[in-house]
Amino acid sequence: MTTSLLRIQAIVSKELLQLSRDKMTFGMVIMIPLVQLLLFAFAINTNVRDIPVGVVDHSQTALSRVLQQTVSATGIVTFSHYYHSAKEAQAAIDRSEVRGVLIIPQDVSQRLVRHPSVGFGLPPSSKQETSRPIAQWLVDGSDTVIANSIKSLRNMPLAELLDKPANRNTATFEVTLLYNPEQRSVVNIVPGLVAVILTMTMIMFTSAAIVREQERGNMEMLITTPLAPLELMIGKIFPYIFIGAIQVSIILGLGHWLFNVPINGGLAQLALATLLFICASLVLGLMISTVAKSQLQSMQMTVFILLPSILLSGFMFPYEGMPLPAQYIAEALPATHFIRLIRGVVLRDVAVVEMSFDMLWLIGFTCIGLIVAAFRFKRTLD
Amino acid sequence: MSAVDNNDFAISAEKLTRNFADLTAVSALDLHVEKQTIYGFLGPNGSGKTTAIRLLTGLLKPTSGQVNVLGCQLPKEANKLRLQIGYMTQKFSLYDDLTVKENLQFISKIYGLTANEQKARLNELLSIHQLTKQSSQLAGSMSGGQKQRLALAAAVIHKPKLLFLDEPTSAVDPQNRREFWEQLFDLCDQGTTILVSTHYMDEAERCHKLAILENGIKRADDSPQALMSNMAAQVVEIAATDLRHVKDTLVKLPQVISAAQLGSHLRVLVKKEVSQPIALLQQHPCLSSTDTLAIVRPSLEDVFVSCTGNEAMPEQVDL
Repeated sequence: MTTSLLRIQAIVSKELLQLSRDKMTFGMVIMIPLVQLLLFAFAINTNVRDIPVGVVDHSQTALSRVLQQTVSATGIVTFSHYYHSAKEAQAAIDRSEVRGVLIIPQDVSQRLVRHPSVGFGLPPSSKQETSRPIAQWLVDGSDTVIANSIKSLRNMPLAELLDKPANRNTATFEVTLLYNPEQRSVVNIVPGLVAVILTMTMIMFTSAAIVREQERGNMEMLITTPLAPLELMIGKIFPYIFIGAIQVSIILGLGHWLFNVPINGGLAQLALATLLFICASLVLGLMISTVAKSQLQSMQMTVFILLPSILLSGFMFPYEGMPLPAQYIAEALPATHFIRLIRGVVLRDVAVVEMSFDMLWLIGFTCIGLIVAAFRFKRTLD
Repeated sequence: MSAVDNNDFAISAEKLTRNFADLTAVSALDLHVEKQTIYGFLGPNGSGKTTAIRLLTGLLKPTSGQVNVLGCQLPKEANKLRLQIGYMTQKFSLYDDLTVKENLQFISKIYGLTANEQKARLNELLSIHQLTKQSSQLAGSMSGGQKQRLALAAAVIHKPKLLFLDEPTSAVDPQNRREFWEQLFDLCDQGTTILVSTHYMDEAERCHKLAILENGIKRADDSPQALMSNMAAQVVEIAATDLRHVKDTLVKLPQVISAAQLGSHLRVLVKKEVSQPIALLQQHPCLSSTDTLAIVRPSLEDVFVSCTGNEAMPEQVDL
């Protein structure tokens, strides 16, 4: 037992020494979370603003100009181009000059006065003559986020166009937004980013760990020694637990100070959740390491795990919106379970034990994975 | 395997065979290595030396055959064997990005040396292998000879009873090679059995016993002296003009095994059955009566050539 601990310690200190001499890798440990946090937290924003759009003004009246200003005042779109015809406008959309075009018809003022939201009190004079929309949007619908943003303009209030008090409807439901009342996407992204960055770096480090020994010829020496596979595995993942902890501190610390992401849960809960996920990711990397024949292969497999971890784990798109097969795949990824845990701990102050399914899943994955990796690791060259 | 075998021999193997797909790397190898001797595997590249060593260390499982190393039945008791053997791989297999001392510390911990043992043993090894000055140098930045000394030091850190060396001197100059062999003889005197593979004739000649391998088959094994005196050929040295032409003509004779030019002489191996080799060759029209012929003492290289029927030398001897 003591010799076993000594051997694990030998592997750990060897890994740390090698890591401390590998300046590039050491730098990446710090730089990856730093750069990615700044990048993603600023860049990922589902509240789209200032979409470049054009306008075709057939009316050319003061009213049509005020209409443009009112639309522009919402901040969702910016009128950047003017076209003479709908055809010309569509060509502009085709070549991606603008994402949408507002076509204001000649009879915009007549349409406006008949518009019910304006509430001019004049009902349509006959059954045939109903009110019509006052203008038309031509939208590049390929990007659903952009399209939805412009679609949200469909029912924008027009009252101020006519200098009338807003004729607001009473809402059907009252909605209370918990945890993120200002609806800032960064609050949701930063904890998720912990999962993505840990998935990336932890799997990458350990997936290369054993393959590297093989590639450099060290393995032939190691397997003639009394070193047991499980000792090697534990020794290999141990140093990276600390590295994972450093990265989590960087992400959440910066997220807290720069982006004002609340950290509602206790640090102990946070540490527990992170530790579980770090171990699970490291073990996943080890399993890759016992399959891959070269460092290149291990990198490819890391990316193979990384992409679904970003797209299916709930980091980018809600888990609930995915079809059932995708949900099954998501359930098989450690990142999915961790994202639930960390969002729970950081945003909602839930104890990890209260989310026992995800907690036990990560523990189970780590234990089984470690055994599988140790079992798959061959002490012969066959 | 009988109990007597286990006591007398460090290694005994019977009909040891290993196939890789359709290639037979080691074929029905019978091997008996006495304790406290240096045993050599001599053979060209691809002759199965490394595979044989890997089979004997338990790194590879034999396709068929029996192996008993230090009383451990392989591959069953490979784990038990690990503590008793040292293995120096053909390629440098310690860590280039660790220093000499760190490498040795790492290995000593792996073998479970306590902190006190470790310190004493490390200092001892550093001075024996002349690495004290380099102790805080990165292994990757050292010369071939220094790397090789470090690899040997690491292989013997736990004082193994049996040491495997796979082409230990392939990246080392002759001076370092001599010193290296002195270390091996010291280890042997202290009771270590050593199995070394090589393709250098001069190195092979230093072994107590030698097995000549070709294409995974053992062609001969004995002490170098016995191999030379029991050789199945006679060596005739010819001094003549146009040796190139003479060689090409003579090798066509059925009695001639091979001919090789060494400087101004031609060494011709003639089958042992020929009673008068000089007379036989002298008659040949390509030689004139003024050319001198003499029977000379065979070298290990002649043994190698006559055993393997291999025209080419396995590798140039660069002494």
